[in-house]
Amino acid sequence: METYTAMRHFADSWGLLAMTLFFIGAVIFAFRPGSRSLADEAARIPLKDD
Amino acid sequence: MRYGLGIILAGALCYLTLMGAAFAVDEPFRQHMWIAVFVLAIFTIILMRKTNFEPQAPVDESAYMDEPIRYGVIATVFWGVVGFLVGVFIAVQLAFPHLNFEPWLNFGRVRPLHTSAVIFAFGGNALIASSFYVVQRTCRARLFGGDLVWFVFWGYQFFIIMAGTGYLLGITQSREYAEPEWYVDMWLTIVWVAYLVVFMGTLLRRREPHIYVANWFYLSFIITIAMLHVINNLAMPASIVGSKSYSAFSGVQDAVTQWWYGHNAVAFFLTVPFLAMMYYFVPKQVDRPIYSYRLSIVHFWSIIFLYIWAGPHHLHYTAVPDWAQTLGMVFSIMLWMPSWGGMINGLMTLSGAWDKIRTDPIVRLMVAAMAFYGMATFEGPMLSIKSVNSLSHYTDWTIAHVHAGALGWNGMITFAAVYFLAPKLWGRDRLYSIRMVNWHFWLATLGIVLYASSMWVSGIMQGLMWREYDEQGFLVYSFAETVAAMHPYYVMRVSGGVFYLAGGLLMAWNVYQTIRGRVRKETPMGMVLPTHGTAMKPAQ
Repeated sequence: METYTAMRHFADSWGLLAMTLFFIGAVIFAFRPGSRSLADEAARIPLKDD
Repeated sequence: MRYGLGIILAGALCYLTLMGAAFAVDEPFRQHMWIAVFVLAIFTIILMRKTNFEPQAPVDESAYMDEPIRYGVIATVFWGVVGFLVGVFIAVQLAFPHLNFEPWLNFGRVRPLHTSAVIFAFGGNALIASSFYVVQRTCRARLFGGDLVWFVFWGYQFFIIMAGTGYLLGITQSREYAEPEWYVDMWLTIVWVAYLVVFMGTLLRRREPHIYVANWFYLSFIITIAMLHVINNLAMPASIVGSKSYSAFSGVQDAVTQWWYGHNAVAFFLTVPFLAMMYYFVPKQVDRPIYSYRLSIVHFWSIIFLYIWAGPHHLHYTAVPDWAQTLGMVFSIMLWMPSWGGMINGLMTLSGAWDKIRTDPIVRLMVAAMAFYGMATFEGPMLSIKSVNSLSHYTDWTIAHVHAGALGWNGMITFAAVYFLAPKLWGRDRLYSIRMVNWHFWLATLGIVLYASSMWVSGIMQGLMWREYDEQGFLVYSFAETVAAMHPYYVMRVSGGVFYLAGGLLMAWNVYQTIRGRVRKETPMGMVLPTHGTAMKPAQ
């Protein structure tokens, strides 16, 4: 198989799947139980310093 | 020895460029190298005059390194005014073509000078300076790298000078927003890697366990711009002492690479790091945390994952494969959601403090910036739809869109950041004049409205004229007729640009006086005016 076709197949199969899963994982991680208080704390970082 | 390494490096580079001038194979390269020789020689001499051999005081590692940021703010204001001025000049040239002064000041050479001056000089300096400010405050750590920070600052200014003078000499590789030739590109790569080292190093020695979201945006900007810049500029120079190079790609691959870069310059230079500014300066100025921190995380990942695919929408109805065009369009439309999520996140930070829009013109600038961000990120996906694009592409509608985004979003959030930073960096209680900020706000807003509305009308008219057929299938208008029809709108655009430039000059004056430590006598903003009438009179 020529390189272009191989890369194309990889991109629209495993590559796409991996990126979608990473993205969904990142979103789930952001909203995991218990993240609210951590996020509220992180949001105050700029206000702690001058 | 103070500045020892700087003197050696600048001197060596000066010698190298002198050799470049001596052995140049083409005239523009020779002239360009002479410019470099003079700039570097002056820089070296200044450093040598300021050097001394006394043992230096040890660096206080607990204090923030703010001097390069002060320089950065001044450079931002300076290049901003220069960039706006050049913009007004080319706008006048379009309205009155006699002002094309051959060869150095014709439109084709001055136009990239304008785009680079506003994007890379004004925007870039604002981003470098603000990122250094934000990363130190949110990591509670001094900048990493010591004098490397100064290399980033001065190296970047040298890049700007070489890029700008190169355009005027006619040196260009004609890739949009990446016009500098191979040797200037290589220099920028070195500077950019140094920038990454400084930023990453500071992150690594942070004393705050969590990396604040603004730094995520800044870091993705630095990394992605490095990747985009290197790949887009892969080229083979015809000679190592010549100004001409040939792209590593050809035909449609070259076009896709260029617009993969071009659109991601919009994404990762003009959007992502300016969002970082929003995520830091808006909470600081209104003194409340960002509306939803978790939304900002989702905002980050969605922007990163979607934006990188949007480039092909610049190549609708070309030789680019249909599936790639559709991909670019679909991802552009999907981008609308995270963009508005981010805008809402920024705007809602003001909830409970909306009165600040009335009393604080800096907040007013920020809110207008976020509103323009929302408008531009709505218009962008719409323009990327193929059927809309068939009308809008190659017309002034695109120009209107770009300037609504650039003047409204990038410009105004940068002005707000400059006004925030100036008193802080120079240790002043407040700006020289708050009312002048208000004037700047209205001048800029009026300028954008005039600019964008005239270009919308002109662009849609232009697109409709181009595609109008009569009943026998002939085009109704010749190209020259469409140009003539646009003239009044071009004059209107000039007036918009002049307003925007006037606002920039006010900012320069305000920042200059703030640095001098002056405070203008003026009535504070948002005071309740005494109401006339009997009701307000004290009881007898």
